[in-house]
Amino acid sequence: MFEAASIAILVTMVLAITRVLLGPTVYDRILAVNMFGTKTVLIIAAIAFLSGRTDLLDIALVYALINFTGVIAVLKFFEYGEFSRGGRGRP
Amino acid sequence: MDGALDIFCWILVLIGGAFGVIGGIGIVRMPTFFTRIHAAGMAETMCAPPILLAMMIQAGWSLITFKLFLIMMFLFLTSPTASHALAKAALHGGITPYDEEAGES
Repeated sequence: MFEAASIAILVTMVLAITRVLLGPTVYDRILAVNMFGTKTVLIIAAIAFLSGRTDLLDIALVYALINFTGVIAVLKFFEYGEFSRGGRGRP
Repeated sequence: MDGALDIFCWILVLIGGAFGVIGGIGIVRMPTFFTRIHAAGMAETMCAPPILLAMMIQAGWSLITFKLFLIMMFLFLTSPTASHALAKAALHGGITPYDEEAGES
């Protein structure tokens, strides 16, 4: 069952990498990398079930957290040009 | 009972995998950036929860189920947030939701 899920997730990852390589703007690349990270979480969970080592689910959870934080940080960098600034109107 | 649950899990896995591949095709084939956000965001919301739900059913009641539930809730909360932040950053970054060839997107 999870072999089929793994194959579908791997196909999606290949398509996302295609958009990372093609993407005309940097935002296309960030979007595709975000999608790639989400699919990585899923495939780590699928590998945990396929190999019977359910400890890997902790790694999947941490990967989800780091993926989200990284995407938001990179977006903030490209939106404001620096990391150390608040939102608009709050310097 | 066991066979019925297995069939249900297969259906969930197939739904999740199909939505994932559809999102992947959409992210490659869509013409403008904001349509690509649509494809990726919709597919991410619909791809991860069915697969994780099938894993939860297969695992039974244990700590694994709770971990999978945490992953599912986290992805469910952060995926739309990331899409929104991406659209906002792109709009402030000078990408307009208009394309000469495709019209309004």
